[in-house]
Amino acid sequence: MSEHTKDEGLGRRDFLVTGAAAMALACASGPARREGASSAAPGDSMEITLVVNGEKRALRIDPRITLLDLLRENLGLIGTKKGCDMGQCGACTVLADGMRIDSCLALAAQYDGRAITTIEGLTKDGALHPVQEAFLQEDAFQCGYCTPGQILSCVGFLHEGGGGSDEEIREGMSGNICRCGAYPNIVAAVRGLHGRV
Amino acid sequence: MREIAFQRTNSVEEAVRGGAQPETAFLAGGTSLVDLMKLEVLNPARVLDVSRLDLSRIEPTADGIRLGATATNTVVATHAEVKRRWPALSEALLSGASPQLRNMATVAGNLLQRTRCAYYRDLATRCNKRNPGAGCDALDGWTRMHAILGGSERCIALHPSDMCVALAALDAVVHVRGPRGERDIPFGDFHLLPGEHPEREFALDPGELVTWVFVPGSAAAARSRYVKVRDRLSYAFALASCAAGLEVADGKIKAARIALGGVGTKPWRAPQAEQALIGEPPQAASFRKAADLALRGAQPRADNSFKVELTKRVVIRALSLCAEAA
Repeated sequence: MSEHTKDEGLGRRDFLVTGAAAMALACASGPARREGASSAAPGDSMEITLVVNGEKRALRIDPRITLLDLLRENLGLIGTKKGCDMGQCGACTVLADGMRIDSCLALAAQYDGRAITTIEGLTKDGALHPVQEAFLQEDAFQCGYCTPGQILSCVGFLHEGGGGSDEEIREGMSGNICRCGAYPNIVAAVRGLHGRV
Repeated sequence: MREIAFQRTNSVEEAVRGGAQPETAFLAGGTSLVDLMKLEVLNPARVLDVSRLDLSRIEPTADGIRLGATATNTVVATHAEVKRRWPALSEALLSGASPQLRNMATVAGNLLQRTRCAYYRDLATRCNKRNPGAGCDALDGWTRMHAILGGSERCIALHPSDMCVALAALDAVVHVRGPRGERDIPFGDFHLLPGEHPEREFALDPGELVTWVFVPGSAAAARSRYVKVRDRLSYAFALASCAAGLEVADGKIKAARIALGGVGTKPWRAPQAEQALIGEPPQAASFRKAADLALRGAQPRADNSFKVELTKRVVIRALSLCAEAA
């Protein structure tokens, strides 16, 4: 179940999410539900542990939930965006053990025990990550909806050693679609980061 | 998504036992299965997570390389030995999907991925693959992304893989383990033509688990290339693709490998085109003849007749690149 994060106060979204969760729980509770199993029968919830942005989270989940929905709906980490929800846009990109993945096609159950990094986990002691700074510096976004995915993808790309040429950047960042067309500035942002991150 | 039972297994024996239960699906990278479960095109009652089985190793051998079933596309594509001795395989993988998806998708999952036919994915349409006997709305539908080779009057769904095109050209062998033991399936026999039964897609028995794919080494494999043409430069399925390999000695072609993607209902090997190249000089005229043979028998429909000439040119381009390398 989602524990409460460090947010002060209860915002509109928290209220909606908490309300929905309470309702879901009310509907789901029944004597047939088995608790605490490492695997689940149809309809059963199961327990997993994720290390999200460095923090260990014990969670009870429906085995159908995607990592994307778990992050957004259960953990309130809404920086990770839902675009196409079918692996065709990259807005939901997060890092799993440092590797970039599309969280919309990942069943959360499969990531039990693994470390997940979202946009919320990139800042250190209040300071932006160099990739975030570079995106700001180069004005590498317009509406901003794809930006968290672009930034996480860029972090993964740089860890893979990518970014040596503009051609390599365009191909390496091609898993993230930007419908505003901010690509020239995204390429510029990534260009300055090669070998630095 | 329908309700599922989820189980993770760390043992191949347990996976094979569990996989033999009805309505069970193996889950590896999830990029195909989870997508189709969300659409309710595939509705397994049980999902068996095999991604943590000890099957992810890539092992070069004296005569080839063994690709573990759960090795990710990224790991295979960037493996130094793969790049050196089977360049078409690395190029095919890197031309597929996106970096994020390649970090998830696996060798076995790529073999078992389903068609991207829009009618297969849309529950509101008729599809013999999804619902046997229902009919096929693709036949007189929008066919731009449908097969021109290997189709039947029941199904013209395109096989979407790039990796499988390279594996078809490179004479790969699929090793599987099932309730009755282990066996090898030649790559050309692994995917089934739709024929009367488009719902049967793989030469696998219930419970059979792909454990690795063996790719033999050869001079032609070491001089192989993959060429893919798509609607945009990256992150798109093939309009036409070709994995080709050539062995050239004394100005003559000694061995040739040609397989096509984006045009067949399965990864499409072109043996007659390969045969026609033997003894020929590695030149444009020879390649044109081979390309014509590779597309002989193509049955284009209203929206995809462009694929015939496009694919021929892709074949010629791929063979020309191989000749340059040789």
